[in-house]
Amino acid sequence: MRNFFPVITVVAAIMVIWYGASVWMNSKWVYDQAARAGTEVSFGELVKDTWSQERPVLPAPHQIVAELYKSTVEKKITSKRSLVFHGWITLSATLLGFIFGTGMGILLAIGIVHNRAMDMSVMPWAIASQTVPIIAIAPMIVVVMSTIGATDFLGKGAATALFGYQPAFMQGLLPKAVIAAYLSFFPVVVGMVKGLRSPDNMQLDLLKTYNASKSRTFWSLRLPSSTPYLFTSLKIGMAGALVGAIVSELSASPLRGLGARMLTGSYYGQTIQIWAALFAAAAMAATLVGIIGMIERYSLQRMGMAK
Amino acid sequence: MMWVVGVLIFWVAAYGLNIWLSNSEWRNTRAVKFAVPAIFGITILVIWEGLVKGLQVPPVILPPPSMIAAKVVDSIPVLWGDLVQTFVKGALTGYIIGCSAAVITAILIDRSPFLQRGLLPVGNFIAALPIIGTAPILVMWFGFDWQSKAAVVVVMVFFPMLVNTVQGLKATDSMQRDLMRTYAGSYWQTLFKLRLPAAMPAIFNGLKIATTLALIGAIVAEFFGSPTRGMGFRISVEVGRLGLDMVWAEIFVAALAGSAFYGAVAMIEKGVTFWHPSQRR
Repeated sequence: MRNFFPVITVVAAIMVIWYGASVWMNSKWVYDQAARAGTEVSFGELVKDTWSQERPVLPAPHQIVAELYKSTVEKKITSKRSLVFHGWITLSATLLGFIFGTGMGILLAIGIVHNRAMDMSVMPWAIASQTVPIIAIAPMIVVVMSTIGATDFLGKGAATALFGYQPAFMQGLLPKAVIAAYLSFFPVVVGMVKGLRSPDNMQLDLLKTYNASKSRTFWSLRLPSSTPYLFTSLKIGMAGALVGAIVSELSASPLRGLGARMLTGSYYGQTIQIWAALFAAAAMAATLVGIIGMIERYSLQRMGMAK
Repeated sequence: MMWVVGVLIFWVAAYGLNIWLSNSEWRNTRAVKFAVPAIFGITILVIWEGLVKGLQVPPVILPPPSMIAAKVVDSIPVLWGDLVQTFVKGALTGYIIGCSAAVITAILIDRSPFLQRGLLPVGNFIAALPIIGTAPILVMWFGFDWQSKAAVVVVMVFFPMLVNTVQGLKATDSMQRDLMRTYAGSYWQTLFKLRLPAAMPAIFNGLKIATTLALIGAIVAEFFGSPTRGMGFRISVEVGRLGLDMVWAEIFVAALAGSAFYGAVAMIEKGVTFWHPSQRR
């Protein structure tokens, strides 16, 4: 709470700058219109116009909020113009990829900690992969997976047999989830290896004097002491999975999801739509990371590890 | 079939060799530490090549490494042009502008604890958001050429860098600051002689994180529009034409550029923060 007032001040300052910039950046269009019509614009008219254009260079915050309201509350959530619909498409790919990516990452980290050959051969590559822009493979994965026909989470037949219809989010879900998984995988490996190695020699020696087996050491010492590292890597993995899902939506078909909203918005100059999609993505990221943070606080408290 | 069997034999042999090497008495020597991951990497390439050839996977799904290598050698001028456009013009320019702006901002807000308490949570929050989504907006504002890519990079690297620098500027303890006080050191003397040098490990941590972000930003921004060259442009065009060997060649170059960039920053770090415990051997 100590930070409440400063944060509010900074946010308010950003808002003021934003509204000012929006007047400044959108003014050219207003002046051009006025020059063509042969009229003069007063400052008041200028401000009013720049804050309510249909395709502004920089939309004012209230326009974005209005668009967000219009495309979430006023549209049916099954409509293709509803942000809830697109957000759910992105969210499902993010979550599926996140679960697979972090699961595989944790398993590999366990292998690395227990097997020296694996450690020495895989670990340098896992670390090096963090310096590489992996996201560049996203368009290729999307296209290759659609060439071999592996795009739907459940095929049309299987989905119809289960639900009676094929849910929209399942179409084209797999490539996005693969990329999301890939992006969350390596940070989790590196973080979890660090975490599983965090018990010091004293603690490991103690378990040795108890004649504890390898699996007992793992369950009673290594895994509990890796918890803080686990949550840190989960947060990074979640952010990575969301970025992966959004970027892969740029090349996926059918064009759906928040990334696709940004792309179509940039094709047709619908700036307010791009900003609304960006804000929705930001809210999604903040919520997902916030949920992990809440679980983190709760479990660290229960485990007596809270700072 | 011959290929598949050969690959299996090679895999078992390499696997055995790695297990033997990593449990042998030389396992802590430099040569073995380099050889084991190298053998692992080579094994993956051999398995890839063998399975693609043996199972006759069409190159529009997965080209073999030999074909990718041939493509890299063939199209060095194109790859070089793309690298200059994306890496030197887009990523590097944005990296330098973004990182210096963040360091300068950190120093400017350094004297105001109020601003720091306000900006840091906001900066931390923004650093966790998918900032890459600003790419379509910035491409609209700054046009298709490298300026918009540099702008995306600036936005992406700014906040991680700012947070790290502010943290670094807090790295001195009161004993050290008191010493500067007893020398009658002014604010700026203390900043340049004590606090900035002490902040270098944190600053370089931010610089290293930013190297990857810069390349990601420059490449993804090209998916939203670019002139007819650049790594992101080439990837999206060649994917559309199913020229996957060229896509892999670009990815290879991107990986090389990313590692080299990171390595260069890490080398500079070694020189600047030689005094820090993490650099001791």
